[in-house]
Amino acid sequence: MSARLARVALWATGVLVAAWLVAPTLVVIPLSFTDKVSLTFPPTGWSTRWYANFFSDSAWMMALANSLLVGVLVAVVATVLGTAAAFGLSRWASRRGAAVANVFLLAPMIVPGIIVAIGVYAVFLKLQLAGSLAGFVAAHTVLALPFVVTSVTAALGTFDVRLETAAASLGAGRLATFRQVTLPLIMPGVVSGALFAFVTSFDEVVVSLFIQSPTLVTLPVQMYSSVTRETDPTLAAAATMILVLTTVLVTGGLALSARRNRAR
Amino acid sequence: MAALLSPVAPGGQARTAPTPSGRSGWLARHWPFLLIVPALLVLLAVFVYPVAQTFVSAFTTPNPGMENFSWFFGSSANVAVLTRTFSTALWSTLICLALAYPYAYLMTVASPRARAALLLIVMLPFWTSLMVRTFAWLVLLQDTGVINGFLGLFGVGPFGLVRSQVGVLVGMVQILMPFMVLPLYSVMSGIDRRLLTAAQSLGARPIVALARIFVPLSLPGVAAGSTMVFITSLGFYVTPALLGSPSEALISQFMYTQVSGMLMWGRGGAMAVVLFATTLLLMGLLGLAMRAGRRRKVGAR
Repeated sequence: MSARLARVALWATGVLVAAWLVAPTLVVIPLSFTDKVSLTFPPTGWSTRWYANFFSDSAWMMALANSLLVGVLVAVVATVLGTAAAFGLSRWASRRGAAVANVFLLAPMIVPGIIVAIGVYAVFLKLQLAGSLAGFVAAHTVLALPFVVTSVTAALGTFDVRLETAAASLGAGRLATFRQVTLPLIMPGVVSGALFAFVTSFDEVVVSLFIQSPTLVTLPVQMYSSVTRETDPTLAAAATMILVLTTVLVTGGLALSARRNRAR
Repeated sequence: MAALLSPVAPGGQARTAPTPSGRSGWLARHWPFLLIVPALLVLLAVFVYPVAQTFVSAFTTPNPGMENFSWFFGSSANVAVLTRTFSTALWSTLICLALAYPYAYLMTVASPRARAALLLIVMLPFWTSLMVRTFAWLVLLQDTGVINGFLGLFGVGPFGLVRSQVGVLVGMVQILMPFMVLPLYSVMSGIDRRLLTAAQSLGARPIVALARIFVPLSLPGVAAGSTMVFITSLGFYVTPALLGSPSEALISQFMYTQVSGMLMWGRGGAMAVVLFATTLLLMGLLGLAMRAGRRRKVGAR
């Protein structure tokens, strides 16, 4: 009897935690289709006017365009840098050097975001990079690098190095071996790293709040400032679109990692 | 710490260069290092240098000396911000632990399918937008929101959940939960459950077996998860800024106002030093505890 009671309590906690984790995110979707002007949940009537509002509002559209542009550039830069670094780490004969470099590459994950933000803001003000596209891409790239390095390192961990030896024994140079043998095999790791890099940039708030300018505002910054100013369901429409986009990308990234593991 | 602050990648050239055959020998052995260099240079320029400069500014701006620290620790309002940051971190850690422990335990005893679902539920919010989640909590916790509406059915409330410490904790716990569940689960899934059966066959009641066998073995997960949650919560900005009360700021918000609003770089730097030193100290303590635990385990064998 008490065993059953314990089991019920256990599952009750599980359900509570699951609700706590998932429910808030799901609230946003129905809210974005409300016909009311206020953020009352649950909505009583339905409309798509807030989406129409989003796509006709130049501030939101500019923010969306900026976020997409920065995100894509960050994904490209961080993936190239991170893949090269992860490959170098896995092949470097000096294991101690590689371990130190690895800690270094993952450090942006550990240092609190606000500290990075203040430092980057100071340097960017001096170099007049604050509010520039290059500044956003550089700052987000640093935050995205750890995710690419982790993802590609995991892919390289399951990669059979003898394939490279085989290619080399057949006369392929280092670059040809990498392009024709290694890269195709670690591609799922590289792509999931790129997706995570994009999402990291697309979702970044704290550093962006500091280095934003009236001419360059990203979507999370636009959301942040409208949350503090107004309660307009356009926010819910924006949130739903961010939610759908990031969920699709991350699920894609995770599915790629899962396929990699199964292949092993 | 040295690894994070030193401007050169340590061990790069200096430590690992005892190749007698000169330049080409170095290249043959260390060519992969060249592939890491571009990433390290970007990190150096946009992460290490800015962060180091922030720390330096604490001691140099506007005047050399400790004035920023004496400003920070000299005012009881500022110390209250620090205390509040720590107490918020402690509360989020305790709530996360209380909820995540049974959740992770459930994962270890559930069927493979239920386990996969429970894992997915933990991972999904991990990757949903921070702004979206914070906005959602704002909607749920507002005075006319779902939670107050639900409580109203029982005749309680409405409570001022938003713009309060409660709102901050509710939002933070949701964000931090994966950092607690995942280490707990990884430790718990490695515990040999036959030990529990053995204890019960020797006459221990299930609850006693759990408390005296399972819980002690799960402590490394508790330590790792708690440290991760505590450290991460110290640096939170968005959640407390949007869900909390402006009069009960945490250290990140305080840093934001000092730097972005008043351009007090030195003060921001001083708080950054305090925050970072605390983070490193806690991580160091965790590392020591882990190592001691491992040694004890090896010794027991």
